[in-house]
Amino acid sequence: MTTANQNAVERYRNNFLKEVEANVEEGDMVKMCMQCGVCAGSCPLGPHWEHSPQKIFMMIRAGKREEVLSSDSMWMCTSCYNCIVRCPRQLPITHIMHGLANYAHRLGLAPKGQPTREFGTLFWNNLVKKGRVNELTLTIGHYFKDGIAAGIKTGLAMQAVGLGMVKAKRLNPMEIFGGHAVKDLKGFHAMVAKAQEIEAKKKGFTA
Amino acid sequence: MAKKEYAFYPGCSSQLKASASNYLTSVNSMCEKLDVKLTEIPDWNCCGASVGYAEGGELPRLAINARNFALAETHLPGQDIVATCAACWLGSRETKERLDHTSQLMKETNEALAAAGLNYKGDVNIRHMVEVLIEDIGYDGIKKPVVKPLEGLKFAGYIGCQTNRPFGIAGESFENPKYLDQMVETLGGEAMTSYDQKVTCCGGALAFSEPEKSQKQIKDIIESAYDSGAQMLVTPCPLCQANTEVYQSEINKKYGTKFNMPVLYYSQLMTVAYGGSIKEAGLDGQLIRAEALEKICGK
Repeated sequence: MTTANQNAVERYRNNFLKEVEANVEEGDMVKMCMQCGVCAGSCPLGPHWEHSPQKIFMMIRAGKREEVLSSDSMWMCTSCYNCIVRCPRQLPITHIMHGLANYAHRLGLAPKGQPTREFGTLFWNNLVKKGRVNELTLTIGHYFKDGIAAGIKTGLAMQAVGLGMVKAKRLNPMEIFGGHAVKDLKGFHAMVAKAQEIEAKKKGFTA
Repeated sequence: MAKKEYAFYPGCSSQLKASASNYLTSVNSMCEKLDVKLTEIPDWNCCGASVGYAEGGELPRLAINARNFALAETHLPGQDIVATCAACWLGSRETKERLDHTSQLMKETNEALAAAGLNYKGDVNIRHMVEVLIEDIGYDGIKKPVVKPLEGLKFAGYIGCQTNRPFGIAGESFENPKYLDQMVETLGGEAMTSYDQKVTCCGGALAFSEPEKSQKQIKDIIESAYDSGAQMLVTPCPLCQANTEVYQSEINKKYGTKFNMPVLYYSQLMTVAYGGSIKEAGLDGQLIRAEALEKICGK
């Protein structure tokens, strides 16, 4: 168990709802859910969720900490915002799902190898590096996440698509040497580090 | 028409030789005809997009968006920020909303910005290019420069998610927004109003991480466009465009379909109708060439 997770367990004891309210983005809205299930029926990847948002909200109130934070479900969110606009109680469901996924990720409880968890991490690290996304290194990094052999296999399978993009001038092989970047990279990095520091302190990610 | 000026936030995918570089090409051509001046926010950065949350958390995401706001306030005071990318627009709008409503987050965001020598006062206004077209230019204004109406061409207006939810375009419904159809008709084309997948999710960033699940979505989106009688798909979103165009060949392999439907941006349609060339409309950036539109360019 990570220290941050241990601290959270000790601090909130059996009140997982309180923990979510304090540490999860927009978590203070969870208690507004009236269990109508419109979110579950509105999600494009609904059939792939082990627990729909409606169930997740009830599980939080029931104190099912382990089950919620280790769930694969929140990672199915495509950020389509259907659930938000249809929720009769106006819960920011998409944001809460993102928040729960991030919290589980930070505590080390999110499922290992979950593809969207891995891709999301790769994406953020990619954008932070230069201040702008490098689509080439992002794609290569994603294809090679499971090792060189798997990467070459995926790369070959997607070769036609990649070459088509290069030909259409929508993918630049030269991006491998750096690519687009913000000029004040030093300031950008200092700002991101400061924001991370404040958030970590506030949510108990640091001792 | 008086010249209109905006602080422009093109976003990562619109950069030179990036996946939506032809979007930017056509937006520039379109704006020239409409006498709209876009000035790039100097040194803008990525918005974090929709999957940035996993590692990025809340405050770092707010901070990177607020950095763009602070730069716009300083260098382009008084100008609305205009984004062409759905995710850029959404990330910025969400950030603005969160900072407007929660003074604690505004305080913390400015603490982070200070590390880059910046400060955000809270004055910016965030808009999508489609809002600028509909609200500031108007359908009459969109029609005015048309010299080559898109006669006889049938389009399915695929709006997707993030240009539509949770903010959307004022006066439009979430379930059946009609502005894209109206834009097509304004340009002389035929909008397939029976198209029933106009707000279906293409999978977004999960096209990368969950390809099977996303391609099932994309299959429905394209299939329904064919069913409606459309020749082409038109969209306001760069990720929708890329996902629905790029993966058609993969879907054909997996499902035995014969999809070959061009996917265009509204700005490409406008540039063509305004008399622009294939290059000016970014039609040379299509993986699935839009021959019917290219023909109009050559007329």
